[in-house]
Amino acid sequence: MATNILMPALSPTMEEGTLARWLKKEGDAVKSGDILAEIETDKATMEFEAVDEGILGKILVSEGTEGVKVNAPIAVLLAEGEDASAAVPSGGLGSADPEDRANLDQAPVGDIAGTGDSPTTAEKKMADPMAEAPVPATPASLVTQSGNGQWSADRLSDVPEGTATKTMTVREALREAMSEEMRRDETVFLMGEEVGEYQGAYKISQGMLDEFGPRRVIDTPITEHGFAGIGVGAAFGGLRPIVEFMTFNFAMQAMDHLINSAAKTLYMSGGQMGCPIVFRGPNGAAARVAAQHSQDFAAWFMQVPGLRVVMPYSASDAKGLMKTAIRDPNPVIFLENEILYGRSFEVPVMDDFTIPFGKAKVERVGKDVTIVSFGIGMTYALQAAEELGKQGIEAEVINLRSLRPLDLPTVLESVRKTNRCVTVEEGWPQGSVGSYLGSQIMREAFDFLDAPVISLTGKDVPMPYAANLEKLALVTVPEVIDAVKQVTYR
Amino acid sequence: MATATAAQTAQPAAESAPIPNVSKDELIKFYREMLLIRRFEEKAGQLYGMGLIGGFCHLYIGQEAVVVGLEAATEEGDKRVTSYRDHGHMLACGMDARGVMAELTGREGGYSKGKGGSMHMFSKERHFYGGHGIVAAQVPIGAGLAFADKYLGNGRVTFAYFGDGAANQGQVYEAYNMAQLWALPVVFVIENNQYAMGTSVKRSTMSRTYWERGAAYGIAGEEVDGMDVLAVKAAGQRAVEHCRSGAGPYILEVKTYRYRGHSMSDPAKYRTREEVQKMKEERDPIEHVRSMLLTGNHATEDDLKAIDREIKEIVNEAAEFSKESPEPDVSELWTDIVA
Repeated sequence: MATNILMPALSPTMEEGTLARWLKKEGDAVKSGDILAEIETDKATMEFEAVDEGILGKILVSEGTEGVKVNAPIAVLLAEGEDASAAVPSGGLGSADPEDRANLDQAPVGDIAGTGDSPTTAEKKMADPMAEAPVPATPASLVTQSGNGQWSADRLSDVPEGTATKTMTVREALREAMSEEMRRDETVFLMGEEVGEYQGAYKISQGMLDEFGPRRVIDTPITEHGFAGIGVGAAFGGLRPIVEFMTFNFAMQAMDHLINSAAKTLYMSGGQMGCPIVFRGPNGAAARVAAQHSQDFAAWFMQVPGLRVVMPYSASDAKGLMKTAIRDPNPVIFLENEILYGRSFEVPVMDDFTIPFGKAKVERVGKDVTIVSFGIGMTYALQAAEELGKQGIEAEVINLRSLRPLDLPTVLESVRKTNRCVTVEEGWPQGSVGSYLGSQIMREAFDFLDAPVISLTGKDVPMPYAANLEKLALVTVPEVIDAVKQVTYR
Repeated sequence: MATATAAQTAQPAAESAPIPNVSKDELIKFYREMLLIRRFEEKAGQLYGMGLIGGFCHLYIGQEAVVVGLEAATEEGDKRVTSYRDHGHMLACGMDARGVMAELTGREGGYSKGKGGSMHMFSKERHFYGGHGIVAAQVPIGAGLAFADKYLGNGRVTFAYFGDGAANQGQVYEAYNMAQLWALPVVFVIENNQYAMGTSVKRSTMSRTYWERGAAYGIAGEEVDGMDVLAVKAAGQRAVEHCRSGAGPYILEVKTYRYRGHSMSDPAKYRTREEVQKMKEERDPIEHVRSMLLTGNHATEDDLKAIDREIKEIVNEAAEFSKESPEPDVSELWTDIVA
């Protein structure tokens, strides 16, 4: 049967090209792999190979022709013994007009050919993420406050009233969470630099090598790119790795595996293969360690679909979120803070204490302003709220805890009550967590706002070493107080 | 090496000549599997030309003996992971041609429901772990798969395939170090097709015997003729035996050649047409097996023609399926983001 040889698309963007030269002439035998012609695309001159075997019956587009549309017939290939005259394409000999494409048996489906050129349905949808986004966008249906501004108990505490607690540092809470999960599930293991014999660079894993042995507490060489990739592979292979970065600054070396290998695989595999892994370690400024070791990556990671991103404040947050992180079937970025490691908090005494992702905690109830923060930012927020209370301003303080998924409903609900909002974080201002919160509050609670949202962040500078400059570069309690006074017009 | 000319002069009535390291059935199987990859890739190139496949599309034509030979050295349950030039690996490990082609056309019937494309396909069932688009990322991932197998003590081996281009990435050597340190059962397969995109190894690399770099980490390895499927299989068997014995990783540098461009939009100005033609004529891996089958009287021209027809049918059916399968439902935009 005679078939049309069509003008090929030789690059992802090619729509038409020049048929520069025929290397076969009419009557020539053609076999698969033979170069038929040279075609100039928008980028280069390419060789066009034959796919099928046969005789080149008729050349429909002569060499030197410019502007030949992709998929226009350029020649007719005959089977052995066939006559060229019997093989006139339905569009008529010499008719390379792309408008005739619809008549050709080999022409592609129109909507496919068009997909690369114009915004697709998918792209149009993405321009309006809130319209389809799986995040709850209707906080009204999720109201947990009663009419008089009271929060339901589960927003104020993670455990029932009367649950016994014990005092514990964030460090101990993290260790306890990891150890409990390793006892519970044989496939959980910890790997990272100095997690074993050194007992952890920040002593988070102290004693764990003794309990679990070198099979499950694994010291790695200083090769973040490599061991992050090995962790991802191990997760693909059925294990539940906890990968410690000595600090998240070093995770930059491994960024490709966190984003491209871990976060995207579930989607790219059509749901077949996920990556249950926890990447954890201290994030943000410590003290006097200068620019390369002092950076808050919350806003960076929060942007990536496919990741879970959490940033605990208290020991209770650390324990409950870590246990959830280890059990979660997705890659989790678990952002700790070195300064908080040694702080003590009350942690519930329970057999199996977990905190779900996407659930903020109202740490302090107030009616005049909402302060939203997470991680170490909470220390500034709570201190400022304490001080403001003395001055007669009652601040409601929300501890986000998880940044992806993000508990927008709780934030919006609070803002609808207080009509004012200040966000607090240590990261940089441009593209910050606060700027995203501000945009969402404006969109969802515009009519409730009595003042613009202020996003307080670290200063827009690399972290300086000098003690006085470092203090200035971070968020300060007085700045939070000033911002609250601005939005409350006091 | 036997040539096509020799094949044509073979006497059909003669006794079958023994072939080392392989049975007649296996040789026919190799012929069939390599031909499937080649015809599949030719069809993919054709569909790309018709605009049915978009974006990047990296064809495996010329390199067929590498995966077919190494797959012959695996056991059920062994794992494989590779780069974006992955169609051949998927077909060779038993994934369905229809599902692969439909992924290339971005359709619902594809292995990733059309959401991954040419470079991102996976099959848990066939232990194929992708399909990775970032050069060399699959190397530590492969070591990690082997880490899991060793941790679980299941005796499995992972094949981590990468090219001569990837072999210059730093993470390869981070993975080598840890793989040997922890004696991970992983075969690092360097498919040296001599060009990293358009840059020849001569222009990119100082130490060009890639497998010898393993010596710096104490990793055993060897160079293999990647146009000879029997040599590849034999080397694969040595590598697998090494890994399964608990001796740690093994490196195979398989010398091969890709006939087509790096991707579909490659004008191939970095090498001469004569160079490509010479490889096709003198070293073609499929022609090599075909000639062995004919000269050894293991198959007749008619037998092989029947296989050709059968493969053509599989490929045509895959192409039809890939055109008929609908585009993914728009709701798929929002699925599979988190588990």
